[in-house]
Amino acid sequence: MSVEVQPAVAVNPLQPSSRRLFRRVLRSPTALTGLFLVAFWVVLAVLAPILPILPPNDQDMIAMGNPYPSAQHLLGTDVLGRDILSRLIFGARTVLQVAPLAVAVAMIVGIAIGLLAGYFGGWVDMLIGRLSDIVLAFPVIVLYVVLISNVGPSVFNIVVATTVASAPGIGRIVRGLVLVLKHQGYVDAAKMRGESTLHIMFVEILPNCRGPLIVDACLRLGYTIITIGILGFLGLGLPPPTPDWGGMVRETTTVINIWPHMSLIPSGAIVSLVLGFNLLADGIGEGNKQR
Amino acid sequence: MLRFIAGRLVLLFVTLLAASVVVFSISEFSPGSVARKSLGPYASQEQVESLTKRLKADDPLPLRYVRWLGVLAGVIDDPLQDPATGLDFHDPRGSRYFGNLGYSTLYKMPVNDVIWDRLGNTAILAGLAFAFIIPLSMIFGVLSGMREGSKTDRTLSTLSIVLTSIPEFASSVFLVTLFVILLPLLPGTSPLTESGQWSMASQLILPVAVLVIYDFGYVARMIRISMVEVMEKPYIRTAILKGLSPRRVIMRHALRNAMIAPFTVLLLQVNFLVSGVVVTELVFAYPGFGRMLLEASLFGDITLIEAATLITVTVAVVTQLLGDIGYMLLNPQVRID
Amino acid sequence: MTARPVLSIRNLQVEFRSGEARTLVVPEVSLDIMPGESYGLVGESGCGKTTTALAVMGYLGKGGRIASGNIFLEDEDLVKASPEHLRSVRGRRIGMVYQEPASTLNPTMTIGRQLLEVPIYHLGMSKAEARKLVLATLEDVRMPDPASIMQRYPHQISGGQQQRIVIAMALLARPALILLDEPTAGLDVTVEAVVLDLIMSLRKKYGTSLLFISHNLAQVAKVCDRVGVMYSGVIVEEAPVAELFGKSRHPYTQGLIACVPDVRAGKQHRTLMPIPGRIPLPSERPGGCFFGPRCMHAVKGLCDVSAVPLVQLADSVHAVRCLRAEEGVAPPAAVTGGELKVAPVLGEGLSVTGLSKIYDAPQGGKLVANDDLDIAAARGEILSIVGESGCGKSTFARIIAGLDTPSRGRISFGGRLLAEAGRKGRKAAAQRTVQMVFQNPDGTLNPSHSVGWPIRRVLAKFGLARSAVDVERRTRELFEIVRLPVELATRRPSELSGGQKQRVAIARAFASNPELVVADEPVSALDVSVQAAVVTLLLDIQRHNATTMVFISHDLALVRHIADRVAVMYLGKVMEQGTVEEIFSPPHHPYTEALLSAVSVTEAHQGGIRLTGDTPSPVNLPKGCRFASRCPRKLGPICDSEAPPVQAASPTHEIACHIPLEQLRNPPPLAARPGSAE
Repeated sequence: MSVEVQPAVAVNPLQPSSRRLFRRVLRSPTALTGLFLVAFWVVLAVLAPILPILPPNDQDMIAMGNPYPSAQHLLGTDVLGRDILSRLIFGARTVLQVAPLAVAVAMIVGIAIGLLAGYFGGWVDMLIGRLSDIVLAFPVIVLYVVLISNVGPSVFNIVVATTVASAPGIGRIVRGLVLVLKHQGYVDAAKMRGESTLHIMFVEILPNCRGPLIVDACLRLGYTIITIGILGFLGLGLPPPTPDWGGMVRETTTVINIWPHMSLIPSGAIVSLVLGFNLLADGIGEGNKQR
Repeated sequence: MLRFIAGRLVLLFVTLLAASVVVFSISEFSPGSVARKSLGPYASQEQVESLTKRLKADDPLPLRYVRWLGVLAGVIDDPLQDPATGLDFHDPRGSRYFGNLGYSTLYKMPVNDVIWDRLGNTAILAGLAFAFIIPLSMIFGVLSGMREGSKTDRTLSTLSIVLTSIPEFASSVFLVTLFVILLPLLPGTSPLTESGQWSMASQLILPVAVLVIYDFGYVARMIRISMVEVMEKPYIRTAILKGLSPRRVIMRHALRNAMIAPFTVLLLQVNFLVSGVVVTELVFAYPGFGRMLLEASLFGDITLIEAATLITVTVAVVTQLLGDIGYMLLNPQVRID
Repeated sequence: MTARPVLSIRNLQVEFRSGEARTLVVPEVSLDIMPGESYGLVGESGCGKTTTALAVMGYLGKGGRIASGNIFLEDEDLVKASPEHLRSVRGRRIGMVYQEPASTLNPTMTIGRQLLEVPIYHLGMSKAEARKLVLATLEDVRMPDPASIMQRYPHQISGGQQQRIVIAMALLARPALILLDEPTAGLDVTVEAVVLDLIMSLRKKYGTSLLFISHNLAQVAKVCDRVGVMYSGVIVEEAPVAELFGKSRHPYTQGLIACVPDVRAGKQHRTLMPIPGRIPLPSERPGGCFFGPRCMHAVKGLCDVSAVPLVQLADSVHAVRCLRAEEGVAPPAAVTGGELKVAPVLGEGLSVTGLSKIYDAPQGGKLVANDDLDIAAARGEILSIVGESGCGKSTFARIIAGLDTPSRGRISFGGRLLAEAGRKGRKAAAQRTVQMVFQNPDGTLNPSHSVGWPIRRVLAKFGLARSAVDVERRTRELFEIVRLPVELATRRPSELSGGQKQRVAIARAFASNPELVVADEPVSALDVSVQAAVVTLLLDIQRHNATTMVFISHDLALVRHIADRVAVMYLGKVMEQGTVEEIFSPPHHPYTEALLSAVSVTEAHQGGIRLTGDTPSPVNLPKGCRFASRCPRKLGPICDSEAPPVQAASPTHEIACHIPLEQLRNPPPLAARPGSAE
């Protein structure tokens, strides 16, 4: 990218449109519902350390005999006498840190390969396309299970697995958009004033991929949360005693006949958060279309 | 066309090789050795070491990978079946034949004896689920995409979004609570054995339901998007202004066009169903392929993982191919020769 | 008029709803179409002409509805008709032909199935009967080999053929009325002429009434008996075609006629008179006369007071929606001569020698987009490249502009080498001197950046402004030059109209003080009244800066109006080139002759030179003359086997043809030509 300083180019290209995006969200009831659900968990997760809740790993031996909701444990306790509400909120903290990180990394990689493939075409496109085909042919769950069970569960490994599994899909979306956008007059105009290739890719083309990418990111967030939940459920989640929604379900399904609330509550929590992201994606997608 | 299929078969071969290399390398990170796992926790360190030597398990990775390929191709003997190991592993097919997937250290049986039964069970589960997913998603997708923004659309779309937001383990919890605990109508486990009061059919209901619930909403949404797009096309206006009835417009003019784009997505669900059933199979103790894969992974049974990987990748590439061929058949504008 | 009209629209109001907001797209339309009559509805985009047609069909799409009024088809009111009844009218008693035939036909159904549907569904025919009717109708629309066409899919036939299929579809049930919505949009001029001829002959044969919707006045003049001019949702003037074009009374009609270039007149003779301002959105219609704010005759306190009615003039065939119609307001006076003389020749300008561009076709083979072009233009001249789609004119433009590299040949400007085969990229200094204005106003500005941003980038990249203040000053200047308020510089492209966007694009192109500007169909996507303004502006700036310009266009009238020098291209080859006067007067290349005939206004309804078939694919071209397969004056096998010689009709006029110049100078009478219309 060119390094010369151009004071006249101080306009941030993203600002007004982000505002428009926000207005769009506020107008769509679907997106608004989604936003509410997501915001609910985000607020709880952020405030977790200062909320008046019990520590998530403290075992209440007395409550173990009667783990149902009570004044002390609003949502009851799990088999080990740990407060479900507290574990739920701290679990949200985990998932809301790992999922966005994983999606962000996947997005960066996906955008990079999509821009390369779409803009340069030719053998670069061929190579990236073939590699993506191979990765996409590989069943995601198998990938996760094999990878995580061998290398062990950690945030880093979850991020790597998500990136490997998602980047080709994101790359395809970006590539498709770039193929259309690179023939626009403004790209030719940029070439005619001698802009660098990096400038054209990142300043002229990429900002116009924003709409579909935001929708895709929301969907992927939901999907990644499900994946993290599944890994937890399969016993491949972050190592205990880190509270983890999938793990909470796993630890309690054996007693579902006696105390179903222990499994039902974390299941409901994960559904509500995923639903939030999916509704948000749907609402923004509709907005993109209307534009 | 033939060239296209040939190209895909080459891709399949490359993908299989790539996937098996990746899986082999990943298993390097696995804690614990094959020998330790085969002998169990009570074996002495000396026993483990001597077995490791006999299995040539401390050879470098590329060498072991090539050996595994050799066993698969039937050009060399499977070291695990060597009587000298003292493991008493014995494959009735012999120790050197084409398609020898090796010996499972987890089940202590030839992989070929373990894997195909499991795959068959999963095929039943996946096939049933798929048989529901196709019509349900088409009905949902077409009905909601037919008139975008209508009440039907909003209801069905919202329902689809909600259903796709329920991971399989969560819907299992909900369904089990409802139909097993509160209303004891169905069995909570599906071991596929005719024991007790539960028929085979009743054992399949919940696992199939879980898969259908999670998956069909996603496909329905894909079909809806495509349908909405098609309904805005000028040729649909042409059909309407020809004076055709709405039914005719949908069935004759919209449907085929609307199915072109989601067709590949629909077929990819086969892919998802064959390997993505892990959770469902685990919840319902279903003796299928996914649960086997999970157990093999957790145990570190590399031969079984490799075999399962080869199968899932084959299924994936073949469905991709079928998807592309179907796409071409549906869309007369695409002809690859 | 004693006969009953086939279609009678009375006080039609159409509104669109989106959420709470209501938009009155059509405030009032009334019109009658007599049996066998061809009624033209003209107007610019957004004037409500298509909406009116769709209202007749009872199909307004999402949110649209008829707010009030009646639509009588013979004597039943379609507004009150039930959906079932409406279905029995659509396709049966009213047929419709649409714009963009490619998207109008179902891509996954064979043409036969799509056609058979109509008689089977509406006329209750058996498959065999229906097939007979379809085959007969395909003969009617002059489709070669109808039986095999029925087996094919729409994408397997050409655009012109697709439109004939759509016309056949509309005709199948022998409707009383056919609505044609811009039926030639997207077709090449030579194909367009054939389609219009076909429509006229079928109308005669079946006595069908037509509602012909178009933005193209010349087309309406050719095809219609009576014309209604629409502006902002209302008919402002209605009269028989000769009356309307001869004695238009509404200032808008007059303005519309004055701003369309005439293929008969060059720029020394007449200048375009753009209508100031732009069409108001339905939400911003002024009180009183909708055209008032743009009207040179508007009188304060008279025209802006209350809604203006459509008044029948004394002669009873002419109706005008203007309070000053009886005073006889004069059309804008034509400006002539003076400063509009041919640009002075300022020495060596653009010189293109032996330029070829060859691509590898995806299906294999070679795609020759440009083949051995030798074209030159003096400094300060406007060189126009004319031709139909696929002739390679855009490739040529991109190579000149430096967006593509030539496969062979060289380009120089003012003696300096710009591009040569095998050389990649241009130096910044060379790039600064050559800039481009692009075709599509919607793609020309980046929606993610402000409108002023690319201009500031140009100034910065070429080091044309030293400080931020400098940049601001120059940006302001450029906006003034293209007559835009500088406040627009901070807006997003989506807030600008098409014309405004093209003005910004012009400002951007001229920001680096280029010596050569390539304009690739810069106004083809704009409405005629806006088109005139943008062209005039472009010419003003070009003249002022003595810029050399390469102007790519398919519009012969426009080319005649602006060019100094013209090259006519067909399938990558120059067929004929010369000064503008030479191109527009004999001797003509047969292809130029056909192009001119296709757009001729004076020509009677039929009998012009019509080309059969469509432009062949530019892949693996034959050895001989490229135009041979469609040439109405083809000599014989020599045209197919040998490349035609370039004959010099004058030192500046070259024609590539086997026909001797003498014969080209004296064209045989129309009737004697084999290629003329049936």
